[in-house]
Amino acid sequence: MSLLTVDKLTKSFGGLTAVSNVSLHIDKGELVGLIGPNGAGKTTLFNLLTGVYVPSSGSIRLEKDGRQKELGGLKPYHVTKEGLARTFQNIRLFKDLSVLDNVRIAMHQNVRYRLGSAFLHLNKYHNEEDELIAEAERLLDIFHLSHKKNELAKNLPYGEQRHLEIARALATKPSVLLLDEPAAGMNPNETAALTDIIGWIRKEFDLTILLIEHDMSLVMKICERIYVLDYGMLIASGKPEEIRSNKKVIEAYLGEDVNNA
Amino acid sequence: MDQFLQQMVNGISLGSIYALIALGYTMVYGIIKLINFAHCDVYMIGAYIGFAATTYANLGFFPALIISMASCAVLGIVIEKVAYKPLRNSSRIAVLITAIGVSLLLEYVMMFFVGAEVRSYPKVLSDAAFNFGSVRINMQQIYIVAIAIALMILLQFIVHKTKTGKAMRAVSIDQDAAQLMGIKVDKTISFTFAIGSAFAGAAGVLVGIYYNSIDPLMGFMPGLKAFVAAVFGGIGSIPGAMIGGLTIGVMETMVSGYGNSMYRDAAVFAFLIIILIVKPAGLLGKNTREKV
Amino acid sequence: MRALTKKNLLILLSILLTFGVVEALITVGIINSFYEITIATICINIILAVSLNLVTGFTGQFSLGHAGFMSIGAYVCAIINMHMNSTVGFLVGTLAGAFMAMMVGILVGIPTLRLRGDYLAIATLGMAEIIRVLFLNMEITNGAAGLNGIPRYTNWIWLFTFTAGTIILINNFIKSSHGRACISIREDEIAAESMGINTTKYKVMAFAIGGFFAGIAGALYSSYFYFVKPDLFGFLKSIDILVIVVLGGMGSITGSVIAAVALALISTFLQSFTAVRMIVYAALLVVIMIFRPQGLMGTKEITDLFKFKSGKKEEKIQ
Repeated sequence: MSLLTVDKLTKSFGGLTAVSNVSLHIDKGELVGLIGPNGAGKTTLFNLLTGVYVPSSGSIRLEKDGRQKELGGLKPYHVTKEGLARTFQNIRLFKDLSVLDNVRIAMHQNVRYRLGSAFLHLNKYHNEEDELIAEAERLLDIFHLSHKKNELAKNLPYGEQRHLEIARALATKPSVLLLDEPAAGMNPNETAALTDIIGWIRKEFDLTILLIEHDMSLVMKICERIYVLDYGMLIASGKPEEIRSNKKVIEAYLGEDVNNA
Repeated sequence: MDQFLQQMVNGISLGSIYALIALGYTMVYGIIKLINFAHCDVYMIGAYIGFAATTYANLGFFPALIISMASCAVLGIVIEKVAYKPLRNSSRIAVLITAIGVSLLLEYVMMFFVGAEVRSYPKVLSDAAFNFGSVRINMQQIYIVAIAIALMILLQFIVHKTKTGKAMRAVSIDQDAAQLMGIKVDKTISFTFAIGSAFAGAAGVLVGIYYNSIDPLMGFMPGLKAFVAAVFGGIGSIPGAMIGGLTIGVMETMVSGYGNSMYRDAAVFAFLIIILIVKPAGLLGKNTREKV
Repeated sequence: MRALTKKNLLILLSILLTFGVVEALITVGIINSFYEITIATICINIILAVSLNLVTGFTGQFSLGHAGFMSIGAYVCAIINMHMNSTVGFLVGTLAGAFMAMMVGILVGIPTLRLRGDYLAIATLGMAEIIRVLFLNMEITNGAAGLNGIPRYTNWIWLFTFTAGTIILINNFIKSSHGRACISIREDEIAAESMGINTTKYKVMAFAIGGFFAGIAGALYSSYFYFVKPDLFGFLKSIDILVIVVLGGMGSITGSVIAAVALALISTFLQSFTAVRMIVYAALLVVIMIFRPQGLMGTKEITDLFKFKSGKKEEKIQ
């Protein structure tokens, strides 16, 4: 059954239609890839799903507790609360804060203590802060970052910053995780390690994942289904092997002349 | 009706002065994205230079105006080189705080040297007045509006018809790309400060003559109002600054004429907050979107 | 009991020590009435700076209108206190002033949510000017002449209590999850929003809390100096507070406290030369921004210095 359903989603900026009439669905527990040439509208689609942009038309529905919840038009924080979390293509960590704080901030929406406890540091505050730290450390452990928890995010090497972004997204306790080019700028070894981690967190946290990626080795290896965008439109979808041999996809990537050559 | 027309005339002459100051804000903001708080003090210093030129050197109106404009242009360049240039890659809050610092520095250094007392301008323009029905227009108002219009036409010419103007437009769109295209960014920024400051100097002299009194803190309120004018017109837009200046000028005289003059400053700020909420890009400004 | 950790004991001890030393100096007479005014100024400025720091330093919302909130506290407390001439009246007035300032903080916060950086700065400046013009024209505030003969209930003990209270409460807030939500807005508003932070809510909250404590500072001011008028709370007062925050470091409460003390001492020495004092302030702003934009302390607190050391030791043991 479908967990996230996108129906005829369109977004135009002035005269430019960045995402045009896109419909797709992701079932619970699936790992789906979203690919396409540069400028195809992949990140715009992510921004629509996460509430950064308001759709021009169409709907985004998330199944939650047996009910369909419309996400289109909600604010980003609200979307996150409903269970959609993301990473950013150009890393957007809280650079001048510690690794631990980056994760703890993402946990904020599940914090129960109120302002009174915050101002007076009542017992409630201490108990829950201790829980937060323990949980954050558990998350950081997965990415082998817990020994660096007091370092500033900006001082981490590039690959670890990407890992921290994923850890931070997980801290919001999502049901659907959106990864925007998680392997960008990584070398093959790092990409392989990341592939393992993605597979592992998916099982461990019972996640449904949608990922944008240019690294085809990663996409073909772990994605069960793939959607292909070009010029804002969906041009193909299917299993990796189907996509690999799809004529339209090859054209989109290599240009029109490929068949004539 | 007569009172309305009279307020309109007064508002347009006051608004021309605001427009001249607003141009400096809008040009500097357009090019380095900085609210140049010190701009209103360049205007104050322009008024003092005009005062010195007419009172101590016994010069006429036009020589005083030109001396004031030239000195302010130099002052503008110096401020940019000393205070803003070292911060070109810092956060915007840092530059804004520096601008406030420079503004206060100019005000109080001036106060230290010339004293805090109000000085009155010598009469360098006749205050002969013409009556059209019951509407009174005096020579000074005619001079103010005429000089403001002349300067604005000059500015439009510089920005749209000269090479330097083209460079200014290029730098305001994309500083790095302009640099790669061989445009001397530093020189262009200096030039922008020079023109903006010269206009402020002119406004200073005109205000000195019109209101016949100057003091070291005279820049603060008109400066803020001119900034509101720039925001209303759409910051970065030169015609916007002119429209904004006239609107604020007329609004202010109307509030004083029909309402309570005590509330005219508050009215301008309330207007600002409404613009910022309703149409933050201003009348002729462009909307910008942050890339995610 | 959590409250009795070593760190808390240390803080409690230093608070009592500060209080005791100053109290002793007053009793012995080394601090005469002239220096008492300096101490009152320091305390009031600490409250103002720490509360502005929450808005500007921690939440990253540049405000040039803090004196506006202060003036509300000052007037409300003064008016109530003049009608209710007692310590209870003073406390009621202080709280009422703080609440009024908080309400205005919420009012200011709402329209400014859409604004960023320099636009926000101008909007807050405009808001403070509107408040000033209102006080200038209202009957109950006695216009430009201001209110005279406000009963004095502010003394060293109240000043100390409110200052220490402000520092502790705002520090606690910042160390909580709600405080971290505010800080995340400063760091990256879009990322914060995507991590589930309702940035609108926390911006308004920062303005409201900042306004509340600025209101308290205003109340203490009017009750200490007998006298308020609208011109005391103009743009220059807002800049005064901003200088303290910037000099101390945006995002450091320790820095605000140190800078408030240092600047009050400088002002006391330059008291008879207003122009020179302002020149020094203005030059300070420019020089700090060019050479040390992070201020004296950056975002560090005095407690971080201890933490850093103990952290190193742990690593060595491992």
